[in-house]
Amino acid sequence: MSQDIGYVRTEMALPQPAPLRERGPLAWMRKNLFANPFDSALTIVGLVIVAMILPPLFNWAIVNAQWTGTDRTFCATVAQGGIQPDGWSGACWAFVKAKFGQFMFGRYPLDERWRVILVAIMFVALLVPLLIPRVPRKGLNAVLFFLVLPVVSYFLLIGGVFGLPHVETPLWGGLLVTLTLSFVGIVVSLPVGILLALGRRSKMPVVKMLCVIFIETVRGVPLITVLFMASVMLPLFLPAGVSFDKFLRALIGVSLFASAYMAEVVRGGLQAIPKGQYEGADSLGLSYWQKMGLIVLPQALKLVIPGIVNTFIGMFKDTSLVYIISMFDLLGVVRQNFSDAAWASPQTPASGLVFAALVFWIFCFGMSRYSIFMERRLDTGHKR
Amino acid sequence: MLSSHIKKTGNSLEKTEKGSWVMKYIISGILGAAALGLMATAASAGTLEDVKAKGFLQCGVSTGLAGFSAPNDKGDWQGLDVDFCRAVAAAIFGDGTKVKFTPLSAKERFTALQSGEIDMLSRNTTWTINRDTALGLNFVGVTYYDGQGFMINAKKLPGVNSALQLSGAAVCVQTGTTTELNLADYFKANKMEYSPVVFEKLEEVDAAYDAGRCDVYTTDQSGLYGIRLKLSSPDDHVVLPEIISKEPLGPAVRQGDDKWYHIVKWVYFGLLTAEELGITQANVEEMKASGNPEIKRVLGTEADTKIGTDLGLGNDWVVNIVKAVGNYGEVFERNVGQGSPLKIARGINALWTKGGLQYAPPIR
Repeated sequence: MSQDIGYVRTEMALPQPAPLRERGPLAWMRKNLFANPFDSALTIVGLVIVAMILPPLFNWAIVNAQWTGTDRTFCATVAQGGIQPDGWSGACWAFVKAKFGQFMFGRYPLDERWRVILVAIMFVALLVPLLIPRVPRKGLNAVLFFLVLPVVSYFLLIGGVFGLPHVETPLWGGLLVTLTLSFVGIVVSLPVGILLALGRRSKMPVVKMLCVIFIETVRGVPLITVLFMASVMLPLFLPAGVSFDKFLRALIGVSLFASAYMAEVVRGGLQAIPKGQYEGADSLGLSYWQKMGLIVLPQALKLVIPGIVNTFIGMFKDTSLVYIISMFDLLGVVRQNFSDAAWASPQTPASGLVFAALVFWIFCFGMSRYSIFMERRLDTGHKR
Repeated sequence: MLSSHIKKTGNSLEKTEKGSWVMKYIISGILGAAALGLMATAASAGTLEDVKAKGFLQCGVSTGLAGFSAPNDKGDWQGLDVDFCRAVAAAIFGDGTKVKFTPLSAKERFTALQSGEIDMLSRNTTWTINRDTALGLNFVGVTYYDGQGFMINAKKLPGVNSALQLSGAAVCVQTGTTTELNLADYFKANKMEYSPVVFEKLEEVDAAYDAGRCDVYTTDQSGLYGIRLKLSSPDDHVVLPEIISKEPLGPAVRQGDDKWYHIVKWVYFGLLTAEELGITQANVEEMKASGNPEIKRVLGTEADTKIGTDLGLGNDWVVNIVKAVGNYGEVFERNVGQGSPLKIARGINALWTKGGLQYAPPIR
């Protein structure tokens, strides 16, 4: 009888948990950190380095840090003319706190800073829905963001109309300058860069030559030279008293510069598209712009998202170069304030620079994560 | 992608910025040529009238130098150079706030003046013959007598109280500056040996000196006091008395406008005269009632005086200056002297009556 046969099971065996050596944190560590002697050695060296760096850093930045204060005495030891005990070493966040307004707005008048804050709120309110794919009405949102917002921001920030006092651009500074420069650079450079890239691959000799000349000239000159020429040499060629805004000159310089780099990134994408795609589009009878807009560019741009974002991030950080033409982006304002004798102490420069680095990192990391998100979302095949 | 191209970024001490000689000649050549072309246009317009029409003075200052021009917590400019701009504005408008500041890097400063972007330059600029002639500037006076000095670590070099005892020392210096050349000249002239420890950027020099990689730090003396504030044990460090180069720092205007030149020059003399006569921000109103004929002349309370109007200003111009910023001594002490963290002694910047070099021709 079959039911008497002891070794036939009538029900499925329950799944057994994996053996201990294959699961849990210990197994994970064995697999990832101590798989072989070399890995183990590397892990130990790494841990030692972390143990050497982290606690002092934590002590400096948090435990010993001076959070409040009105001048350098709060961030200097007794021997240095301050109130801290000898041998003290901690971050001087009081300096960052006292100068925070300047770091954000530069010397934008105190009573008018609400205008900058309003622009920032509008910027975020329009940018966030634009970045989230699920939110509807992308078209309207894009029009508001790329066309309406710049105009409104221009009048709000510059003023001089609707009873708003005029604020000259030399008073701008800090994060305001960093974000304005990089936002305009990003918004201008992508379309211009795409056009330049298409122009460079065009079969029309004049268009092609002009694009090649522009790209190669701009790429062949350091940004610092472009800014310096615009700021120092240009006024000498203009009649006395005629000058146009230095900030505008920097904006144009940065935008042109980023466009040339963007053009080369996009060209890389265009060249990666197989010829069959172009020929297929042609055989369907699509016009040049239809071919590019519907077939080639969507594939090409998707391929070069990392390159595009890389250019954006590079440009975001390059805005600091406007320091040499005496305009003060975030880093420039931070460094400028090191010269305030009321705050001069051994801890001030490090604290200011760490703060600036943190702000830059937040923005660059944000861009980087978003680009990874977009890559995954747009990844429709070609998985390697 | 280009950050490595940043070469020089001044912070505390962008003082007399002496780039490489070659670069200097090229730049001054270009600027000089450009200045000649621009001088004709600049000369025809009266700067005073332009300034009055604009309603404010546009003044070029440094992008940040402790005690001379630096932003405070509120973002307002403060410092010796900045207060001089305020004094000129006060003399013209009777209001020391009618001034706008243009922060300028060392490379930009002369172009900005020549192109008319600013009305005057008050940016710790060393007065040299080349700048007075080839660059088309007129220096109005010396608001601060500076010079290259030495700071030593007294713990590492005990008993040293003169630069002549520094033979064999390791000296930290910024490379590519005239500071470096002056240093070489000085040690050679005094037949002393030294080992230079050179760095590209001032921050690096500061850090190396603080870390004890060299015994001696050399740069302009006013800067040494600013650097001392950033050292971990400032009391161990001594600024030696020797000055090995002359760096007379003063405001400058464009050539070709004598009226404007006189105004800026006499604002400087007015500051000095006020100190000499004991006129201060606090007592200037009482002083107006003084019977002393010299004080009456200076403050414009004498009957039928034309001293101020001849200058193109109101007769109460000195009153306005002193009300706005105080006299020269007050400006000095507040920004770089005992009233500031820098605590620089008056030294040769004292009045001539006190053994210094600050001397004003009579106001009469």
